[in-house]
Amino acid sequence: MSTETTMETSASNLWGLANPTRFMGFADRAVPILAVLTVFLFAAGLYISMIAPEDYQQGHTVKIMFIHVPAAWLAMMTYSVMSVSAIGSIVWRHPLADVSLRTAAPLGAVFTFLALATGSLWGKPMWGTWWEWDARMTSVLILLIIYLGLIALSKAFDEPSEAAQPLAVMTLTGIVILPIIKFSVDWWNTLHQPASISRFDTPAMPSEFYIPLLIMAAAYIGLFFTLHLMSMRNEILSRRIRSMKMKSARSKGTA
Amino acid sequence: MTALIIREMHLAMRAGSGALTGVLFFLAVITVFPFAVGPDTRLLSHLAPAILWIGALLASLLGLERLFAQEREDGSLDLMVMQSHPLMLTMFVKAFAHWITTGLPLVLATPLFGIMLNLSPFGIAATMITLLAGTPAISFIGTVGAAVAVKLPRGGMLISILILPLVIPVLVFGIGAIVGALEDPAPFLPPFLILCAITLFTSVLGPLAASVMLRHSAD
Repeated sequence: MSTETTMETSASNLWGLANPTRFMGFADRAVPILAVLTVFLFAAGLYISMIAPEDYQQGHTVKIMFIHVPAAWLAMMTYSVMSVSAIGSIVWRHPLADVSLRTAAPLGAVFTFLALATGSLWGKPMWGTWWEWDARMTSVLILLIIYLGLIALSKAFDEPSEAAQPLAVMTLTGIVILPIIKFSVDWWNTLHQPASISRFDTPAMPSEFYIPLLIMAAAYIGLFFTLHLMSMRNEILSRRIRSMKMKSARSKGTA
Repeated sequence: MTALIIREMHLAMRAGSGALTGVLFFLAVITVFPFAVGPDTRLLSHLAPAILWIGALLASLLGLERLFAQEREDGSLDLMVMQSHPLMLTMFVKAFAHWITTGLPLVLATPLFGIMLNLSPFGIAATMITLLAGTPAISFIGTVGAAVAVKLPRGGMLISILILPLVIPVLVFGIGAIVGALEDPAPFLPPFLILCAITLFTSVLGPLAASVMLRHSAD
């Protein structure tokens, strides 16, 4: 047995899901559960957000936060998921890691866009402007451009498997944006407020806001994994169809 | 390695490629700006460092598409990947040669263009120093983009889209250092040192990522 195959088997023992067929089985079971959980969390989160008291300064508009903040978190979490997939794609050259990376990019772009759009809607009544070239907004906008660039790159190759390595390298190179977004509010003291949730010992917001925010965050995470698993399943199926088509075309050519 | 640098220089000196085109493009970008913002000299001298930096950035991105294209066409790229030298070192030399042929001429042309934009001599000196420290980083990051796009038939635009977000820190600290030099309360040294640090950091990371990329695309 060559070293290549021993590595392959040990890797698949480590994560049984690394086998696409087993992954498909897992996804088929997990997607309905996750979907129901997500719907439930969204229903609960949106209801609690709705009955949350108004802020003494911001009034109704504070409720935008329950949509805006989790979207921004997810925008960054998705990039982290993509980076982990990129490492898997470079180190083990595993197709499933590439599938995960590729399918997460559009989701990340949507979450980033949602964070920017809701932030803009929130900024108009609160700051009096739709857009400001503030450090955090600008860095999130750059994240959106990175996502769109990666999507464009993933579609630029004639043979999808050729895109795997370029995509992974570019994803890992772009990871510098995450700390910049995270610390932009501390480094450049511009319009956007600093973090008020990460201090877990004494959260800087009352629990009436804190709890709905966490439920909404959980709902967003559930939504991400549901959609991610579904689109990974689609990607695997479309690759199988593609290889079947290739095979039939080849057999026709030789016959 | 020196042979590779000399070869790159020779290629760049040939008409229609590299150094001269880059400077011409730089000149064209700078000439367009006064048409867009109006020929108000006070406004122009205020904007001059930013215009020079953006011009340098765009001019550096221009040649990236061709960085590996020729090697790939005539097959010498495979030789580079297979030779006994570490590929990372070859990538470093390629990036450095790219800087000498595109970045350095821009730095040398800056005084002339600075005068055209009514920049003070001190401002010209500050812009030159920051460009000298910052443009290598653009080349090093750009090498990654070029390596990614080697296999792409139409990669030019895509390289720019992928690379521009990554070079924004270079631009931020480059302009920050110039502002620090020209206006009193802002400090010059911290942003300038960060700029140097970015260049050193990318000089390791860029060639590494590019070599990972090329080694894969060779097989």
